[in-house]
This record gives sequence, structure tokens and C-alpha cells, in this order.
Amino acid sequence: MTMDVAQLQRKLCEHQAAMFQQGILDDQFTQLQKLQDESSPDFVIEVVTMFFDDSESLLNNMARCLEQVPADFKQIDAHAHQYKGSSASIGAARVKNVCATFRAFCEAKNLEGCVRCLQQLQQEYSLLKNNLQYLIRLQQEIKAAGGSIPTQ
Amino acid sequence: MAIAGEVFRQNLTEMLEESPSGAPELHVLAVDDSLVDRKVIERLLKISSCKVTVVESGTRALQYLGLDGENRSLGFDSVKVNLIMTDYSMPGMTGYELLKKIKQESSVFREIPVVIMSSENVLTRIDRCLEEGAEDFLLKPVKLSDVRRLRDVIMKGKVKEGEKKSHKRMRSIDCSPPLSATCSPMSLPCDPSPSLLSPLSSKKARL
Repeated sequence: MTMDVAQLQRKLCEHQAAMFQQGILDDQFTQLQKLQDESSPDFVIEVVTMFFDDSESLLNNMARCLEQVPADFKQIDAHAHQYKGSSASIGAARVKNVCATFRAFCEAKNLEGCVRCLQQLQQEYSLLKNNLQYLIRLQQEIKAAGGSIPTQ
Repeated sequence: MAIAGEVFRQNLTEMLEESPSGAPELHVLAVDDSLVDRKVIERLLKISSCKVTVVESGTRALQYLGLDGENRSLGFDSVKVNLIMTDYSMPGMTGYELLKKIKQESSVFREIPVVIMSSENVLTRIDRCLEEGAEDFLLKPVKLSDVRRLRDVIMKGKVKEGEKKSHKRMRSIDCSPPLSATCSPMSLPCDPSPSLLSPLSSKKARL
């Protein structure tokens, strides 16, 4: 059951709008889309992919740090700071916000708070990743069908 | 007037690299330890018609400029950089430390404008950087409008330099009508004197 280009484009717009509405993405993502053009047609996918790799290694590092006894809050905070930075750079608003909370718990040396934040981060990251991958797949289907990605 | 124009154009292209199309373009050295941020800043600069070199640390930046002590370039065939944009928080050498090292140079390197980028809006940090001679302090994530504004200011600074040089040359050629634009005293954007804040440096209002 294939969809025509117009349907795909509509789906894309709706999905993206929903991600913004739910605060998963913010304006910075739109800024990134503006940087994509014929000379750099896969820019967004490339940045997003880098972000996914970055995320996975940071989340792993944070998990390992939190398993250490005693916990090195400075090190964990450094990871959270880095993650906050990269999530802000791609417009991953909810991930960024959890990172901010995470940093506050690090500063307070609150281990339980940190552990909870890590769980939340993992959830938000999953949500973001699934949604972005879906968005990207829609874009690729549209391109494959010869359509253009609607600008929003 | 034709003579002045020719002299002026020569000076501008001396200071800037030429793109394949012949138009002068800024060469920006961007420094950031984050892979994602390096990718984004590179794109922001390229789309703003700048030539870009991206490195991952202050140490690498100094190496690139030929200032790393090991292979100190005499400046003759060193790379021409018109602007340095550096992240503040980096492991090893921070952006602030990189800024200080560059401003300590007693050579043409000290004159390269340095812009600090940071995700943290800390007033004392901003003040410290500006006092150390930073051209500007940008809050991350950096936007296209930030880069364009920066580029325009640096280009204007270069144009003023060109006009000043051409004005001096004109005097020696003894052309009487002065170029009106060059009559105002010229201040390099990176003048480290603390009392002089270029309009660009008043970041507090922008934040």
C-alpha cells in the first residue's frame, strides 16, 4: 500500500508539527533545516546521526559513572554538560531540559536524583530518536517518489 | 578617483583570501570539542560564504596557526586567518585560555579577532572574555544571523583597514580630495584596551 507524494508530504508536516508541539523539538531544529540546501542536501540527517552516536556514548558513560562507588559527580556533570550542549545544538528541547535538571542534581551531589534523571534521559532520547527516524524515513520516501520536502 | 579605487581593491584582496569566483572571503578558524557543534558551525560559516577550518581543541588551533612553540612559523608562509571562533568550555585548554594565548602574541596573530561561544550565559565570564580582548561573545546555539552579523562587522573592519592604507598611500601620491570614509579615526575591532568596547561587544543587551 503505497501513499502518493501529497499524502506523504502531509504526513511529514503533521508529524513534524506534533514534535514541535510536544516540545520534543524546538526552533533550533528549524534553524538546522535552513542550513540544508542543494550543496548540502543531507545536512540534517548527518547532524542527527552524529547526535545519535554522541548520545549513545554519553548515556553509556553516565550510566557507568553512576555505578561507581563513590560517584564522581564532577565527571557525571561534565557528561551532562556536554549532552546539554549537543542537544541544544540540534533543537532536542526535552533532552536538553532533562540535562539541565541532571546538572542541578550533580551539583547537589544527589545520587538518587541523578539516577532518576538518567532514566528520564534514556526515555526522552528514545522518544526523540524514534520520532526523528520516522521523520527522516518520510523525507526519504518523498524524495524517492520524486517529491520535494515541504518547507515549514 | 580611479587610482584610489585600484589601490583600495588591491589592499582588500591582500588581506582576504579569494574565493574561486574572485570575491574576497573571510577565512574562519572554528574551535570546538563537540562533534555536533563542529558540524553545525562549519555549515553556518560555509553557507555565509566563509572559508572554514574546524579543529577540536585549543592546542590544535595553535598548531594550525603555527603558534605551538614546536614549529613556530615565522609568519611568512603561515596560514591566513581572519577570524577565530572558539567554544569556551573545552577540556585541556579552554576558549578563554586560547584567547589569552593569541592576545599575548606580539605579532600579526594578536590582531585576529577572537569570538567566544558558550552555552552558558554567565556575565562574569562574558566580562572576562571581553576584557581579555574578545571581539564578541555568542550564546550557543549560534544562529545564522549571528554569523552573518559577525562576518559583516569583520568585513567592514577589513574595508576600513584597506581605506586607511589607501588613504595613506594617496597622501604620498599627493591626491588632495580625501575619501570621506577614512577621515574618522580607525580602531581595529580587536583593540584590547578595556575602555574601548566596539558596539558589537555590548553583548549584555543582546542576551
